[in-house]
Amino acid sequence: MSRALHPLAPRLWRVASRTVELADVVTLGVEPDTDAGARFRPGQFNMLSAFGVGEAAISVSSRPGDNLVGHTIRDVGPVTHALALARVGDVVGVRGPFGTDWGVGPGPGPDGSPGDDGGDVVVVAGGIGLAPLRGAIDLLAEGRRPGSTTVLVGARSPDQVLFADDLARWSRAGVQVEVTVDVPGPGWTGPVGVVTGLLDRTRFDPTGAVALVCGPEIMIRFTARALMARGVDPDRIRVSLERNMQCGLGWCGHCQLGPLLLCRDGPVVPYAGVVETLLRQRQR
Amino acid sequence: MDTPTTAVIDRQGLDELLAELVSRGYRTLGPVVADGAVVTREVTSCVDLPAGWHDEQGPGRYRLHHHDGNGRLFAWAVGPTSPKALFFPPKEVVWRAAAGENGPVPVEVEGDDRAVALVGIRPCEVAALRILDGVLSGGAVTDPGYRARREAAVVVVAECGEPAGTCFCGSMGTGPGCEAGFDLALTEIGRGARWRVVVRSGSALGAELLAGITVEPITGTDEEARHKVLASARARMGRRLEVEGLAAALEAAQEDPGWAAVADRCLSCGNCTLVCPTCFCSDVEDVSDLSGGLERRRRWASCFDLDHSYLHGGAVRPTVQSRYRQWLTHKLSSWWEQFGTSGCVGCGRCITWCPVGIDLTEEATALAAGRRTVP
Repeated sequence: MSRALHPLAPRLWRVASRTVELADVVTLGVEPDTDAGARFRPGQFNMLSAFGVGEAAISVSSRPGDNLVGHTIRDVGPVTHALALARVGDVVGVRGPFGTDWGVGPGPGPDGSPGDDGGDVVVVAGGIGLAPLRGAIDLLAEGRRPGSTTVLVGARSPDQVLFADDLARWSRAGVQVEVTVDVPGPGWTGPVGVVTGLLDRTRFDPTGAVALVCGPEIMIRFTARALMARGVDPDRIRVSLERNMQCGLGWCGHCQLGPLLLCRDGPVVPYAGVVETLLRQRQR
Repeated sequence: MDTPTTAVIDRQGLDELLAELVSRGYRTLGPVVADGAVVTREVTSCVDLPAGWHDEQGPGRYRLHHHDGNGRLFAWAVGPTSPKALFFPPKEVVWRAAAGENGPVPVEVEGDDRAVALVGIRPCEVAALRILDGVLSGGAVTDPGYRARREAAVVVVAECGEPAGTCFCGSMGTGPGCEAGFDLALTEIGRGARWRVVVRSGSALGAELLAGITVEPITGTDEEARHKVLASARARMGRRLEVEGLAAALEAAQEDPGWAAVADRCLSCGNCTLVCPTCFCSDVEDVSDLSGGLERRRRWASCFDLDHSYLHGGAVRPTVQSRYRQWLTHKLSSWWEQFGTSGCVGCGRCITWCPVGIDLTEEATALAAGRRTVP
């Protein structure tokens, strides 16, 4: 008797490209087994597995419509280590896409928050947090919106700046791109300091502006605070949050943040209201 | 003759019901006394059931007592096991593959497909299954194994006449009576020679089963006896929990120093989550063997485990205080927002089986004190 694939069973997709982004970061381009497999919205994630090792939640870092589905992975634990070592031709397990997206384009924002009215967009990314934003920035950089697009990136050091080629490409397409580092190195002439420092000297109109923020939780909190101080409506600040995820289906309970099951209600959530309160509380 | 939806049976009728379920091929499970507790095992007749047994329960305490001669089969409250494990197994293989030249080759996973008949589960357990339904088959994606097992199951609930000291289903609206979610509902009335059971059918299958066994027509006196049993149980409920305004009060109590006080006693052992009939957290783990064979398993997990909230860099909830808070507020508060129901049915297991006797009703009441905004 043959049954439908269990929701926890992986589809078997082949790695078709492997790009070393940084010393500990690679992007795997995997080839979907069906056209439907490539359908996702920027901000969503897949559960990616290295067989016999385990699964990890990895954001999709490519653009909808690309032939390969990109997963940018930092080698930090047993699963991400095994995935980072995958070679072209290897088979990895894929489940997804899961969760909410950045809501770029027409329609309401995540969780019914105000949609994009064509105002300015400010994207703020810390470290690997740029990965889930890449597809969204690609769409914004197409320049079909009246408002401007700004991308602010914080990295630990110049050699930790992710997607340098994309940053240059977006800049050429008219996106205002700024990069700051915590620790400068030889030849670095750009800003030094936390990413919120870039906000103070960025030109954008806060009225109707939408902000997309992803990075370490502490960075998200301070960025949201700075954005609000600049006059951005907290309902239009969208943040991508991370918790332990094991199923992606709202079954396993690991990704709870108060009332939110982040695999289902997130990862992209409006900052205003419950999220702001939750992130202020310790150990939630 | 029309099939009655309510009738009265004696031991012969109950024996016939059990025999009928067995003969229809159901894995027929009921309460039996084993290992010093009332637990769920296969049963074939009334002889297997815990006649005369009563459970005494308190914080961190469970004792069985036997009363000769009263003949009552359901005069106990709840044991440590709940039906959760039958539908949502503690460990389940969800995917299997053999090593192939071009990667893993999936292999069919065989399960135990025999349908279950649950005889003598309690109203709070029926309520708990409805809550689990909401989690595992009420969302966008359904757990196929869970749903198949639930849909195939026969539920014969036994209404409660003898609540334990740790019971508070009366507060949670989940007992001691049962009005939905069963095929047949039993209520013990009388004792000794006058011991009988009121049977009500709650489904077409229940009515069919009822039509196949020896019954007597129900009288007004029997109806009255059933209501008396339930009213008496309600009045003797060991504990209560005021639920009005509780969810919001606990959310407002997130930074209360009371969490630290309960954390000083909590061992973070996870017993409460294992005995809870609604706790659904699970881990998904991949394993391999030496031949290259692969298995993906889902296993019960507990939010009291440090690793439960692990992210790169450490656990989000590293302290016992934060983990106890997560558990309690999830049960009584955030579950409402996640699934539209309470996560607690008032069965009292977490109180009884807590090795240090932490009492959920006491802790929740203390933490909510002064924070309820009742209109």
